[in-house]
Amino acid sequence: MSNIIQTLEATKNQNIPDLKTGDVVRVFLHIKEGANERTQEIRGTVIRKRNSGNNANFTVRRIASNGIGVERTFLLNSPRIEKVIVERHSHVRRAQLYFLRERTGKSSRLKQKFTS
Amino acid sequence: MLKGLIGKKVGMTQIFDETGSAIPVTIIEAGPCYVTQVRSPELDGYSAVQLGFEEIKAKRLTSGQLGHLKRNNINPLRFLREFREKNPEVSEGQKITVGEVFTLGEYVDIVGTSKGKGFQGGVKRYHFKGGPKTHGQSDRNRAPGSRSSGTTPGRVFKGSRGAGHMGMDQVTVQNLKVELVDAERNLLGVRGAVPGPKGGVVVIKGARKQ
Repeated sequence: MSNIIQTLEATKNQNIPDLKTGDVVRVFLHIKEGANERTQEIRGTVIRKRNSGNNANFTVRRIASNGIGVERTFLLNSPRIEKVIVERHSHVRRAQLYFLRERTGKSSRLKQKFTS
Repeated sequence: MLKGLIGKKVGMTQIFDETGSAIPVTIIEAGPCYVTQVRSPELDGYSAVQLGFEEIKAKRLTSGQLGHLKRNNINPLRFLREFREKNPEVSEGQKITVGEVFTLGEYVDIVGTSKGKGFQGGVKRYHFKGGPKTHGQSDRNRAPGSRSSGTTPGRVFKGSRGAGHMGMDQVTVQNLKVELVDAERNLLGVRGAVPGPKGGVVVIKGARKQ
């Protein structure tokens, strides 16, 4: 029965690489404002990933002006996402990086992980 | 054309529309159904169509049920449901599939049997408030309070709300928008939730209030 639902789910967006929590990413979002169409870019850290079929999503946290943290959740299969670029990986020891919410400045940095 | 089908709830998921919005949909395996009987005002006193759904082994039906289906040379079917329709425009023995009945964007009513909850108290079943949680109260958190008046009438009126069996009721959900029709695989997707468990039998009709 549930495999019927799996066949209805959207195919993987080829422009989104495999994401890991701690990745610094740039998300290019397709936005329609009335008649205008443009692409918005959001750069930040992936602090959470959820795998749940068509509801699979990830949350990107970035620091906006005045040091205010902004989090935005994207649906992984959404056709509104044009592409995602992973800029760097981080060495993280947990799946959800909620501890970043209480940190600012130097303590909110993540150690970079280099992969060959 | 008759606006009705019998189906099985598959489960819920979400799909994306052309603007990229996610829509919550319930997937129903609807049909193929067979017209097992057409009721006419002359013979039966009212007009309706009886549809059958889901083929099964012949030995699972009684000979009476088999004889009823054999009249129109239909394979043994598990579920039979009647649909009231003035001008059904269908003939007995005819096969009906989703693609012929429902189109994208139209509205349907869905009748199902809600999930059984067993014996439940008044708080869950009828949203009673329960008693106070503090001020020295004990054992009154989910009590129903008084059921009735005192000496007059001296009894509890029939139909008073209280604890009892909850769920397994016939529930109708009206005005669900059809968001997906897959004629090849007999799938129907409607926006929103549908009563009953996965695998539960549901009856799909055209919306009354549209």
